[in-house]
Amino acid sequence: MYKILKKRILAPNICLMEVLAPRVASSARPGQFIIVRVGEKGERVPLTICDHDPAAGSVTIVTQRVGASSRKIFTLEEGESFVDFVGPLGMPSEFIHEDDESLRKKKYLFVAGGLGTAPVYPQVKYLHQKGVHVEVIIGAKTRDLVIMEDEMRQVADRIYICTEDGSYGFKGLVTAKMKGLLDNGTRYDQAVAIGPMIMMKFVTLIAREYNLPLIVSMNTLMVDGTGMCGACRVTVGGQTRFACVDGPEFDAYQVDFDEAMRRQSMYKTQETAADHKCKIGLGND
Amino acid sequence: MTKNIRVPVREQDPKARTVNFEEVSYGYNAEEAFLEASRCIQCKNPKCVAGCPVNIQIPRFIKAVLDGDMPGAASIIAQDSSLPAVCGRVCPQESQCEGACIMGIKNEPISIGKLERYVADWARKNNFSTVTKAVPNGKKVAVIGSGPAGLACATDLAKAGCDVTIFEALHKPGGVLVYGIPEFRLPKEEVVEYEIGQVQKLGVKIECNVVVGRTVTIDQLFDKEGFNAIFVGSGAGLPKFMGIPGENFNGVVSANEFLTRSNLMVAYRPDSDTPIYVGQRVAVVGGGNVAMDAARTALRLGAGVTIVYRRTEKEMPARVEEVHHAKEEGVAFRMLTNPVAVLGNEKGWVTGLRCIRMELGEPDESGRRRPVEIPGSEFDIVCDVAIIALGTSSNPLIARTTPGLTMNRYNGIVADEKGITSRSGVFAGGDVVTGAATVILAMGAGRQAAKSILEYLGV
Ligand SMILES: Cc1cc2nc3c(=O)[nH]c(=O)nc-3n(C[C@H](O)[C@H](O)[C@H](O)COP(=O)(O)OP(=O)(O)OC[C@H]3O[C@@H](n4cnc5c(N)ncnc54)[C@H](O)[C@@H]3O)c2cc1C
Ligand SMILES: Cc1cc2nc3c(=O)[nH]c(=O)nc-3n(C[C@H](O)[C@H](O)[C@H](O)COP(=O)(O)OP(=O)(O)OC[C@H]3O[C@@H](n4cnc5c(N)ncnc54)[C@H](O)[C@@H]3O)c2cc1C
Ligand code: SF4
Ligand code: SF4
Ligand code: FES
Repeated sequence: MYKILKKRILAPNICLMEVLAPRVASSARPGQFIIVRVGEKGERVPLTICDHDPAAGSVTIVTQRVGASSRKIFTLEEGESFVDFVGPLGMPSEFIHEDDESLRKKKYLFVAGGLGTAPVYPQVKYLHQKGVHVEVIIGAKTRDLVIMEDEMRQVADRIYICTEDGSYGFKGLVTAKMKGLLDNGTRYDQAVAIGPMIMMKFVTLIAREYNLPLIVSMNTLMVDGTGMCGACRVTVGGQTRFACVDGPEFDAYQVDFDEAMRRQSMYKTQETAADHKCKIGLGND
Repeated sequence: MTKNIRVPVREQDPKARTVNFEEVSYGYNAEEAFLEASRCIQCKNPKCVAGCPVNIQIPRFIKAVLDGDMPGAASIIAQDSSLPAVCGRVCPQESQCEGACIMGIKNEPISIGKLERYVADWARKNNFSTVTKAVPNGKKVAVIGSGPAGLACATDLAKAGCDVTIFEALHKPGGVLVYGIPEFRLPKEEVVEYEIGQVQKLGVKIECNVVVGRTVTIDQLFDKEGFNAIFVGSGAGLPKFMGIPGENFNGVVSANEFLTRSNLMVAYRPDSDTPIYVGQRVAVVGGGNVAMDAARTALRLGAGVTIVYRRTEKEMPARVEEVHHAKEEGVAFRMLTNPVAVLGNEKGWVTGLRCIRMELGEPDESGRRRPVEIPGSEFDIVCDVAIIALGTSSNPLIARTTPGLTMNRYNGIVADEKGITSRSGVFAGGDVVTGAATVILAMGAGRQAAKSILEYLGV
């Protein structure tokens, strides 16, 4: 059992939890994720590691309530436990292999959409500690949904907040902000985008226009997360890759986003429910 | 009952069982077991023993059954196998013990598997345990993977007094026994959990949710956690795909995914949170046990199922009993047929398989006749789910994160027949070394490695 040490509500549908998982805490690196299960009938749910404290043995996760399983996570309180908590899974971000010297010469742009701010945070924190210049675009529908702003301010050199309704910061999508920065001549050496697939797809189109190298993190469906099932497969550079072991981060230019978005909806889309008979699963919320 | 034919085993009615996940075979009762045991002629030089990869003393345990000495029978089997209720159910007996049985030359071989199962089930139901805790020898051994190889290795090490911890990546121990083989062939709670419990009773600790190579490395297990030796039994869990167009359409899944959802995540039960998508017409590509299990699972979840296999029934690697059961249950078989593309609709969902007919040519390295395409014979099979069961290879995670460990070209770990690898103190066995094989071979390899580990530790 993995005890929840702290729980904090960040937004109406988003909560942060610190979970006691000493083995994961001592080996986690930026870019990696864990899989949790709530209860004996629980699904295996992948969540990004947002922070970790090896001394305290704790790992921070941020969960957005979107369906049945994330709702279950959301209802857990401090002092309660996950039955399973396994990780760190996936490959750490590429930049951890780069030497500090060459890293410091680079300027990074992170683009975080919605919940994406949470998985972006550990990467920005890592680079900041190495003395790298990092800027972050944070996008949300409205002011209430902007999360982890204070934490991010402490590790980023600049942050740009965008809301779709204009209730806070720049009014518009992250892509518009990104384009604006690039049009104004701001130069970056590397960009990283994490958020809904549709957002990552459009960020990729812009990055391509400006020849800006871009990494994206693929939040595919997963079951085991150890390379055993292939549920997480994505086409990257024309080849089938498993997001849970080869990723989750890939070179955005190589990713087939349309296929990935379609695959993500495999257990969900209502139109398929109509022309396919499904015994179990589709009607679970 | 004549001595020439086996005592038939009672089974669930084929019609009834296609809508439930309860075990198909009921196994022998005391009377049936006695009758079947009495068919064994107690060979002086028993071929059956040589045919069993762990050399269970078959005539001896059968004699004990005949004498009504059930504790004796259970003890004889326990000397060589720690998972008899599993092996009695899933071993490909026709090519192992029973395939070698002398009675099989003219008549039907003795039902050794069913008798072994009978003895193991008796032991479980009567709480008869052969487990005795050993005197600690002060050595700590880590076992990676809780499949048959790891469990067998851990058992022998614990019996010799080692302090053994099994590290398992998934949330439940058992390897393929829990995530691959379905409930209707191998009951999970009743059989698998019980047998794993017996291993734990020996003092073996099992830590789940530890992915070696990510959560902790082999070097850390040696240097920081003080293990004196390590056995790697991490299996061959990486699914192969066909590499044909359309393979990533929605509705195309690996057998591993389909079976893991149904077995490990118990998605066949309505109260499970994990979804499983079954559709109405399922095509399963492959001819092994994995293909049969996927097909029969899909059938039970309500689909019409066709197995597509590129050779003929004779070459199918699945257990004869499973093929027979699949046919009884109404699974259709398309032999000498190979998919060349997956077809899909504009929404990206699979709609069928484009296949080509095959014929058998010259024998290949495996001795089986090689299937060759008949030009121009393409045709389509309609389906809304396609399950790919074309085999698996090893997960390279451990080999990649362990300096000094040599891998073969299939990403498996190179180890000799004693389980010794290129790295001192690290041993390996089971599917991770041989590629996908059988439960009993994996167990045999685990036991062999345990012997080598004890030698290495000097105990
Ligand atoms: C590597 C990785 C890291 C992730 N990190 C986080 C994280 O830090 N915080 C977080 O809240 N979520 C994260 N996710 C997504 C999270 O796993 C899903 O939101 C969750 O599995 C949904 O389960 P559910 O039962 O609540 O929703 P479901 O009922 O399964 O689905 C509800 C809706 O969410 C969509 N959905 C389902 N699975 C995913 C998915 N994997 N990604 C995106 N949308 C999905 C469905 O299409 C549907 O529209 C991550 C996913 C991956 C693969
Ligand atoms: C669907 C199916 C049906 C089968 N039917 C039969 C049958 O009827 N008869 C028969 O004899 N054989 C059958 N087999 C084959 C048989 O199950 C395998 O040969 C056998 O289980 C191999 O045992 P193993 O211990 O080597 O590996 P596995 O059983 O694969 O166990 C390996 C374990 O290691 C764990 N692991 C992997 N990597 C790591 C890591 N990095 N860290 C920690 N843990 C890790 C895995 O999660 C797994 O639990 C079948 C296989 C399948 C898939
Ligand atoms: S372990 Fe398998 S091969 Fe050996 S006797 Fe038992 S059923 Fe036969
Ligand atoms: S070969 Fe057959 S008949 Fe002979 S001892 Fe073995 S099981 Fe009995
Ligand atoms: S989630 Fe199963 S292989 Fe990636």
